[in-house]
Amino acid sequence: MQQAKTSTVFIVVAVSLLCLTLSAAGSAATLFVSSEKDHVLTVLDAESLEQLGEIATPERPRGMRFSPDGKRLYVACGDGDTVAVVDVQARKIVGQLDVGDDPETFDISPDGKSLYVSNEDDALLSVFDIESGEVVGEVTVGPEPEGVLLNANGDTVYVASEVANMVHVIDTESLEIRANVVVGNRPRRLVLTPDGSELWVSNELSGSVSILDTQENAVRDEIVFEPRGFRPEDVTPVGLVMTRNGETAYVTMGRANHVAVVDVADREVEAYILVGQRPWGVALSADENLLYVTNGLSDDVSVIDARSRKVVRSVPVGRVPYGVAIAE
Amino acid sequence: MRASLYLRRATLALLAAGALLATAGAGAETLAIGYLELEDDPRYVEERVEAYYQGRPWGRPYPGAEVALSESRFAAAAAGAELELRRVTAADAEELFAQMQKLHETGVRFFLVDTPGPVTAELARRSAELPLLLFNVSALDDALRQESCQAHLLHIAPSHRMLQDALAQYLVSVKWRRVLALVGPQQADKAIYQSFQTSAKRYGLRISEARDFVLGTDPRQRSRNNVALLTTGEYDVVYVADARGEFARAVPYQTQKPRVTAGSAGLVPDWWHWAFERYGAPQLNSRFIKQADRRMTGYDWSAWMGVKAIAEAALRTGGTDFEALRDYLRGDELVLDGFKGNRLSFRAWDNQLRQPIMLTTPNWVVGLAPIEGFLHQTNNLDTLGQDERESRCDFD
Repeated sequence: MQQAKTSTVFIVVAVSLLCLTLSAAGSAATLFVSSEKDHVLTVLDAESLEQLGEIATPERPRGMRFSPDGKRLYVACGDGDTVAVVDVQARKIVGQLDVGDDPETFDISPDGKSLYVSNEDDALLSVFDIESGEVVGEVTVGPEPEGVLLNANGDTVYVASEVANMVHVIDTESLEIRANVVVGNRPRRLVLTPDGSELWVSNELSGSVSILDTQENAVRDEIVFEPRGFRPEDVTPVGLVMTRNGETAYVTMGRANHVAVVDVADREVEAYILVGQRPWGVALSADENLLYVTNGLSDDVSVIDARSRKVVRSVPVGRVPYGVAIAE
Repeated sequence: MRASLYLRRATLALLAAGALLATAGAGAETLAIGYLELEDDPRYVEERVEAYYQGRPWGRPYPGAEVALSESRFAAAAAGAELELRRVTAADAEELFAQMQKLHETGVRFFLVDTPGPVTAELARRSAELPLLLFNVSALDDALRQESCQAHLLHIAPSHRMLQDALAQYLVSVKWRRVLALVGPQQADKAIYQSFQTSAKRYGLRISEARDFVLGTDPRQRSRNNVALLTTGEYDVVYVADARGEFARAVPYQTQKPRVTAGSAGLVPDWWHWAFERYGAPQLNSRFIKQADRRMTGYDWSAWMGVKAIAEAALRTGGTDFEALRDYLRGDELVLDGFKGNRLSFRAWDNQLRQPIMLTTPNWVVGLAPIEGFLHQTNNLDTLGQDERESRCDFD
């Protein structure tokens, strides 16, 4: 009995804490979750986590980015060979961009005019001009380019090639490769520290993150993830996100079903948080109190309280959820 | 620990510096890879490849090597190397060895060997004194990894034993333990069945009976050529050992009991499949179709993986030095990406590439072995095939 009472009290406290956290996250925030297998974006209220609706997309929606003004959400739809343009307010598809075959991930220039898209099948980075609707530049990169990331001033774009095991550093002005930096095996996603001095690259098959010095374009450090109870081969990091103060990074562990919390300065893993099956996508709420994680093999999103480092909710979404984007 | 971490970082930094040099246009060295095959290889005759038997080659695997070559351009450039394939087709082992020697004289040190088991064994025997490395693309014979093993012969293709272990794990996991075996008349059929018997024993399947089948319609032989008559009795699974596949393909849906067929048809263990959807497999499959105009099989995957292994070794050692590459390939730091989810490397005790095995139907991958729950003290991939303790391979 005593036991039961304690846990009830605990739940009440937890729920009220959650409500506090959620209300602090801002009132109108919405989550967009892309699901590879049933070709929809699931729209959730970031506060209540109620489903607000579904937006049917072209086939296989994966990578997502907002326009700089936040009014548009671009969604790469791989099998539809297109990037869908979603009006965030209206929650409707208002256009499609013919960026080339099988787009997966991409980034948008700081002025919002160009998309930098990795084209897996043709081993190309394409530069797409949104206004004219044309590809205005192409760079041949290593096979299966995956993560694409521009730096803050837009003069450099980083592209990870899953198969060549390297990150290409490309000048956006000349579209020339400035450096090819060898990283771990099967590099997937990229994130820059807020000051732009370091590029973090997740290596899915090496179970690690390579840290590049962006001045030297050289690997300076490597963090190997070793969550307890998992063998090295079951640790497959993919998604990365960093707090605005550059102190903490969150890395999804793929098959190891955890999210690693990393102290950026010390290169130390502070905690591993258990989530659903095969977490890939990850996003932080505006106040950075909540972390949303898409679990590709359990068809749900785990919501983590960043302070307690505990999962506070898990919400069912579409089949094989890939990524999550938050509109404030 | 700390020292090794530091060393690793230093190596990474050096590699990065090497990559920069390569971009700056340092002169590239040619790293040539020989590809050896037989003119009249019975496995690739038109009648057989165009039947699309499960688990059998659907054409020569060479396009797999070509796909890998174009995939590896950046990796090779980072090592200051340019990869090249030198394809050689000859009438028999003797002629093939002569060609191999010629290539060796021009500096070729790596050879993909796409020949039947006995020819592969002979090439390995003859070349034992030469400083080179052979990659077995397509010979599944257990003996090549056992009594006939050679220190300079690496096996990309899995052994029969690995395939049968994968099937046995799956059957045990779904509790289909009672097996009726149908075994063909050829030596190759019996060899496959022998592997299966060992696997069945290892994982706890019960083979109630093994019956010999023959191909044909002779009514006097009907007890051995008629599937319904061959499949009387009690069983959960009909297992077929048929190296060619012609008999096996007619077994599903003709058994006397409504039971599944496995082995050489039905549920077939294979090391690649065109319908595999995870770990980047769709991208590789579509690149292969572009190159070869047909779907990719395990044999093609072997040729692809062989070239990729050499490119990866060049990338990580930062050069084309034969001994450095060989030691890296045979060492325990090797991490190969076979697009099957796991980190792949060669087993030190028999040079076999450890890799997941797929349980396949004609158009789907039902499961991936090692099946969950089959554990090994060091690497679960080593639940497939001869483990170190039972290995009869001795490189000295």
